[in-house]
Amino acid sequence: MNRRSFLRLSAASLGTGALLQFTPARASLSHFAMRNGEAPSPFSFVQLSDTHVGHPLGTSAFERAVDTVNALHSRPDFILFTGDLTHDSEEAGEHAKRMKRFKEIAGHLHVRKRFYVPGEHDAALDGGTLFREHFGDTHYSFDHRGVHFIGIDNVSEGKPLVGSEQIAWLRRDVARFPHTTPIVVFTHRPLFDLRPDWEWFTTDGDDVMNVLAPYDNVTILYGHIHREHHHTSGHARHHAARSLIFAFPDPAATEEKKPLPFDKEHPFRNLGIRQITAPALAVNDIELTAREISGTEGIQQLRKGGSL
Amino acid sequence: MKKNLFLFALVVVINAKRFEFSPSEVHLKRGVPVTIRLVSTDRKHGLSSKPLGLELDGNDEVTITPATAGTFHAICDHYCGAGHGNMKMTFVVE
Repeated sequence: MNRRSFLRLSAASLGTGALLQFTPARASLSHFAMRNGEAPSPFSFVQLSDTHVGHPLGTSAFERAVDTVNALHSRPDFILFTGDLTHDSEEAGEHAKRMKRFKEIAGHLHVRKRFYVPGEHDAALDGGTLFREHFGDTHYSFDHRGVHFIGIDNVSEGKPLVGSEQIAWLRRDVARFPHTTPIVVFTHRPLFDLRPDWEWFTTDGDDVMNVLAPYDNVTILYGHIHREHHHTSGHARHHAARSLIFAFPDPAATEEKKPLPFDKEHPFRNLGIRQITAPALAVNDIELTAREISGTEGIQQLRKGGSL
Repeated sequence: MKKNLFLFALVVVINAKRFEFSPSEVHLKRGVPVTIRLVSTDRKHGLSSKPLGLELDGNDEVTITPATAGTFHAICDHYCGAGHGNMKMTFVVE
């Protein structure tokens, strides 16, 4: 059974974009309500990653992503940022300016809450000091409508490492929940060996996954690799998001980790946002070049197509 | 006599500075123990190659016995700045 089998989908394509409507299956709703004690209700949230504010290629993709999110037909409850919010600088004060600029742009998102974990460009040179000043803790958890969310920091040790202290915290954190609780982990680097010679791994990722292994419904959302990627290990589904600055190539197709060439004619190609719908935690990746169907316009277009 | 030959492993020193290793290519013999010593000369670096069992950080060393012939890439896995992503070297096991 795949993740989409929980949903009854009706989709209408228009141009390169698509609107997915969903109704959670009643069986899964009652299951979550019964086991977690909280009556779940459908919601969605958005993952944005690798905005690299301050990078020479600029922030226009991030700004476009903000517009795209604000135009989504289904307004997300919150945004998860999975690291590399900023591009680091060793010039005194410059990195702090970039963090402020990031917050200015992110502040235009029409959502009540934003959650952040750092990437190595945010936190690896100073152990996360500047990140904490601007965004708070580098790891934490929260609950939302029956889903448990966990932010994991695998960058601020300087290496691709979570560390024994944080893993002990994780063990205590999840011990409060029954194994049926849906868990979403958001982090920067992959928690499995995707391509170690490109630094696409976390040294103690297996230790993290062992803590999560007893849980039936685990979703890992991460960034770092600047491309969409999906992987399953045990009960866990790992989803890498596109970046908002440039894309890396397919690691299975090339030996060289070189950014894909920038295309002036299509500056937002391979860049995108991700919307996740709960409780099924279905992932919908949206390239920034895609035309979104949203608001009144979207409904009218769907009606013309006879889909409503 | 042959048994004693490897009591003292060969030592290969890898100097690391932003954003390069020196030497950038090292040849090893399959089945022959070798000590890989990482020396970070400007700031902390790492030297990581999963197939070779290398996971060094800062100023550190490990003795390995390469089991498989081939070409293996190693990377700096301790973030060291803007050029960190391209800081890598090659081990050739013959």
